[in-house]
Amino acid sequence: MTTVELSPPRLLHSRRSRLRREALLGYGLVLPALAVFAVFSFYPFIRNFKVALYQSPPVPGLPSRYVGLHQFGHVLSSSNFLESLLTTVIFVALVVPISLLLGLVLAVAAQRKLAGLRIYRTIFSSTVVSSVAVAAVVFGTLMNPIVGLLPWLGISTQPPLLENTTWALPAIAVMSIWQFLGLSFIIMSAGLQSVPEEVLEASRIDGATAWTRFWRVTIPLLSPTIFFAIVVGTIYAFQTFGQIDILIGFSNDPARLHTNVLIYNIVTTLQQENNAGAAAVMSIALFVLTLLLTLVQMRFLEKRVSYGR
Amino acid sequence: MARVLFHEVTKRFDETTAVDRFTLDVEDGELLVLLGPSGCGKTTVLRTVAGLEEPTSGTVTIGDRVVNDIDPKDRDIAMVFQSYALYPHLTVARNIEFPLRQRGVDKVERERMVTEVATTLDLDGLLSRKPAQLSGGQRQRVALARAIVRSPLVFLMDEPLSNLDAALRVQTRADIVALQSRLKTTTLYVTHDQVEAMTMGHRIAVMNHGVLQQVATPTELYEHPANVFVAGFLGSPGMNLMPGRVASGPDGALLVAVTDGVLYPPASLTAALTPGQEVVAGVRPESMSLTTEAHGDISATVVLVELLGAEAHVIARTGDESHLVVRQSWSAPRPDQGERVSVRVDPGTLHLFATGTGDRVSPPP
Repeated sequence: MTTVELSPPRLLHSRRSRLRREALLGYGLVLPALAVFAVFSFYPFIRNFKVALYQSPPVPGLPSRYVGLHQFGHVLSSSNFLESLLTTVIFVALVVPISLLLGLVLAVAAQRKLAGLRIYRTIFSSTVVSSVAVAAVVFGTLMNPIVGLLPWLGISTQPPLLENTTWALPAIAVMSIWQFLGLSFIIMSAGLQSVPEEVLEASRIDGATAWTRFWRVTIPLLSPTIFFAIVVGTIYAFQTFGQIDILIGFSNDPARLHTNVLIYNIVTTLQQENNAGAAAVMSIALFVLTLLLTLVQMRFLEKRVSYGR
Repeated sequence: MARVLFHEVTKRFDETTAVDRFTLDVEDGELLVLLGPSGCGKTTVLRTVAGLEEPTSGTVTIGDRVVNDIDPKDRDIAMVFQSYALYPHLTVARNIEFPLRQRGVDKVERERMVTEVATTLDLDGLLSRKPAQLSGGQRQRVALARAIVRSPLVFLMDEPLSNLDAALRVQTRADIVALQSRLKTTTLYVTHDQVEAMTMGHRIAVMNHGVLQQVATPTELYEHPANVFVAGFLGSPGMNLMPGRVASGPDGALLVAVTDGVLYPPASLTAALTPGQEVVAGVRPESMSLTTEAHGDISATVVLVELLGAEAHVIARTGDESHLVVRQSWSAPRPDQGERVSVRVDPGTLHLFATGTGDRVSPPP
């Protein structure tokens, strides 16, 4: 076998050339995904900032008027926005804790070695793959004032739940909880499986009861998972649109005003009022709100998270 | 302190029998090592004492209580796991006091006990750290501290040294022996490392395929292995084992013919042998030496010479392709690879085992 000795400059050149090839390959591989993101996410995201600076004309076809940041002050201080924000906060506060708690309870139950558990696991996690439209139709039927579940149980629902100013938002929240439950269950199950068995066994020998084991060992070790689920759940709840759109719709019912979460408000402002400028401002507000809340969660909740292994 | 008794303990996992009719009496204050290869059932035996596995049949007794149906927390045992199983979210101090908290020991007493045990195990400066901030050796000491802090009846240790580097393992081995000797707590120690077993155990219980092979002191095990498995498993390198046949020599004395050689059984065994009997002959590597005499006991070809510092291992191959290991001192002349050598076996050091059962051939009573 012959060996070719490379001089230091040639060696350096060869290494650089290899690195360049690897870099080109890397860029080539990410390019398709980057292109999709650029067209459908990055460009609209940036373009939205420009739209927010223009006031939409009262009649379609007329040119928009540049109003700058004035539009932000106007939209963000309006009662429409503030009420919508409050509705969103209530909705998130209903959906996130309950769905995470239920997901955790189901995941703990599914950890037990019981017969037929695979079937239950499949059922528990199936909500994540059911479409919003199908789920909304099912829940719409269940909540129907004549053929729904409550009348069947002998409970009168007049006015109908989805037209009731008090119960419309909780009813939508129930469906959102049900839909997020699958993902919550999957996340919690994965988290529980990563809790080292030996640590739980050590705590059994150390004298911990099942309850102490759960609170003092499992929950702290599950805290990174719970934290992740809270962040994902919050973002999910902020973006809930489909179920409101299908169950409540663009009606003028008083119930609609009570389910007018931010994302829904943005769509109605754009589609019904043709006010792209105000919709853009609210989109930015929703983005900033989600970002801030995630950062706050990371800043404060993460302090209570134990990543140690 | 307490005795631990196993009576006909069997543990099955579906179709697999992990432990088969295991009977053993661990004395009060004894350090008994459960030794065997991976998957031999030794950890399962330990877990039946801990209450983490329920025996399929048989009984486990700690002190004067049969504990089969008693919860782990009520057995008054402590266990050190291979992975240490520390609580990653708690500081060292909180880890050590965890079992005390569960038993409702008051705060002042807890602090006193934690401080005392931390001093014993040289953990004083580490009490406020989390396990992730500790080295392997320190974590191991925290696991030990958590086990000894509440003075249990029995210590259970499941390969606690296997995650440490070689130097630290030797040191910690000695520390555990000293600690056990001082506390005099009955200890079951599981390992697959025979050096650990030989250096630590008052007695060693050797297991294979879920079956207890032999229980004896380290010296007894080494000098009188009960069967071929124990003979081959104990010792580093293990005993040289050669298939052979008993025959009568020219002078009428019995001998064992092996491939490329002849071995002479001790006089005490000849009464237990009959000409034509198939046996397995065993010789420890240190009972063999290379000789310049033309006719040693066995002829072989050198395959490899391993230099280990204080000694050297000469690995030689006989005609039936089996390998012999001869332990030499460092200063002994070393043969070349491929050289034909004569191997001499020290008189009286031959072990014989019955072909088929593998049991030791013992002198008739």
